[in-house]
Amino acid sequence: MIEFRAVTKRFDDGTVAVDNLDLSVAAGTITVFVGPSGCGKTTSLRMVNRMVEPSSGTILVDGVDVRGVNPAQLRRGIGYVIQQAGLFPHRTVLDNVATVPLLSGWTRRRARARAAELLELVGLPAELGARYPVQLSGGQQQRVGVARALAADPPVLLMDEPFSAVDPVVREGLQDELLRLQAELDKTIVFVTHDIDEAVKVGERVAVFRQGGRLVQYAGPDELLARPADDFVSSFVGRDRGYRRLSFVDGGGIEPAEVPTTRETALATAERAPDAWTLVLDEEDRPRGWLPPRSGPAEEAPGGGVRPGGSLYTRGTPLRGALDAALSSPSGLGVVVDEDGRYAGAVSAEEVLAAIRRRRDEAGAGAGGAA
Amino acid sequence: MTLSWLFDPAHWSGTDGIPVRLLQHLRYTLVAALAATAVAVPLGLFVGHTGRGGVLVVGGSNAMRALPTLGLVTFLFLVLGSGEVSALVALTVLAVPPVLAGTYAGIQDTDAGVVDAARGMGMTGWQRLWRVELPNALPLLLGGVRNAVLQVVATTAVAAYVGLGGLGRFLLDGLRAFDYPKMVAGAVLVAALAMVLDLLLALLQRAVVPRGLRLAARGRGRGPARVVERGRTEVAADAAMREGTE
Ligand SMILES: Nc1ncnc2c1ncn2[C@@H]1O[C@H](COP(=O)(O)OP(=O)(O)OP(=O)(O)O)[C@@H](O)[C@H]1O
Ligand SMILES: [Mg+2]
Repeated sequence: MIEFRAVTKRFDDGTVAVDNLDLSVAAGTITVFVGPSGCGKTTSLRMVNRMVEPSSGTILVDGVDVRGVNPAQLRRGIGYVIQQAGLFPHRTVLDNVATVPLLSGWTRRRARARAAELLELVGLPAELGARYPVQLSGGQQQRVGVARALAADPPVLLMDEPFSAVDPVVREGLQDELLRLQAELDKTIVFVTHDIDEAVKVGERVAVFRQGGRLVQYAGPDELLARPADDFVSSFVGRDRGYRRLSFVDGGGIEPAEVPTTRETALATAERAPDAWTLVLDEEDRPRGWLPPRSGPAEEAPGGGVRPGGSLYTRGTPLRGALDAALSSPSGLGVVVDEDGRYAGAVSAEEVLAAIRRRRDEAGAGAGGAA
Repeated sequence: MTLSWLFDPAHWSGTDGIPVRLLQHLRYTLVAALAATAVAVPLGLFVGHTGRGGVLVVGGSNAMRALPTLGLVTFLFLVLGSGEVSALVALTVLAVPPVLAGTYAGIQDTDAGVVDAARGMGMTGWQRLWRVELPNALPLLLGGVRNAVLQVVATTAVAAYVGLGGLGRFLLDGLRAFDYPKMVAGAVLVAALAMVLDLLLALLQRAVVPRGLRLAARGRGRGPARVVERGRTEVAADAAMREGTE
């Protein structure tokens, strides 16, 4: 656990980067610090491993005041990942990852064996270990940065905009990877970002900062989107927050309906339903696209007129995916699949909205009952 | 003409023969370059690592570069008296700025994120210096040494003017005696020595600069390595001009 107690940082030039911060980061969770540029996120993070010393207040890591620990020693026990990865250009990837174990006195052999394990853990092929950082893509470099921070198995991980230098697609992959790793490793992670989408995606708890280094709201992502503490937070979390919030509404109430289906292999002879869209499935029952109703435009496109489908909604996952599946489908019906990606039914946007309404009523009733 | 002078066996023996003069020249060069390296590298590392006195180093180096070589040699010669010591001190003083500037620039040039990561991972100041900053500084540091060596080779030739031995003797004595083949042969030998030493240092540079950095430098079109390259050519051109005119 990490605790900030009345922590203030005033730089020599008088800038107050962090103002009287009281916050505690629960062990085994990912806590995100989010806020506009210059609001003191990095400064707050760097006070944990004494890269920056607070002007006043106390920071405890697992109950121990960090000021009482030698900085180098403290830092070897805390993983640290920065935006540009900061890999050592003169060392191979493997030796980069082995850095902290070597500093802690491991033999080279053991440190390298450990480094190889970590490359695998972060999803990098073992051959990359022999390369130099300049020979890696940005996304690979960030993975190596994460592997390096994890090498000595520190209980705490500090990540300062670790994924902001890579393109959005790679970033999403890295975020998923982090969540997968965390499920496995159960570290106490503080993650800094200025991207609210990233914050609500990776954070179990989100701390929103504003200029002048003040903490304005500290809550779970759902709570943050549902009940922003003030105008600053609500404008910061943005216009789409209602839609984003669906990421946190579970889709248990969705009842997929049957739709006409046909096999991909039987397309040539397929009977198109007169006024309904027909879902095309492959041999394994996986959706391949939609066939328009007979009453609709009868163009003979390549592939026998099959339209590419929209996004798929996996049963039981949050409602955001269900709504997106419905809205992105050419038929207006979102395809629902099971965990293995097999067809399980379809759902319309109206049904998703109805499910949302039911949820809200239940929540309202719950709150009313508690009052 | 020059060739026949060079290959005349009479010029390959005795105290004024090519081997003796060459070895003298080499010795002055090595002593001055090593002494300068011994002074300038630790100083450059200290200043680069702590960030203290950077302005002084840059300003001082530039000021010293602006000193007229011959003037300095003559001045030290007058102050310290004749003899090898004053000449070697002068040569060392001239060799310090390029090594100092190269070392300092090399440390400064180390990516700030890399140094920050090193600190954040729990490296002590010394560990950071030895394991991160110094390896990253090597290309520029060795570039500085190469500059210094070229400078010393050229200046040693000039120092024949104050009575120093070395290949400069052929130049100067040739000039005085209107023995142009001898003079040109001297210039050729100085240039050849400079080229050979530079080549050896280039090989050394290849051997000690970590592969990852060489790959990175190749990736950047106009990296700092280029700047050094340019600096070096300028020094070489300078030296050639001086050899021609003095
Ligand atoms: N070493 C320093 N000296 C003086 N002021 C500083 C120093 N470091 C940071 N600051 C100031 O402190 C404030 C907070 O900086 P910080 O780096 O913590 O912001 P941040 O929230 O991480 O911003 P960003 O999203 O841009 O990274 C800024 O106003 C910044 O200019
Ligand atoms: Mg920052």
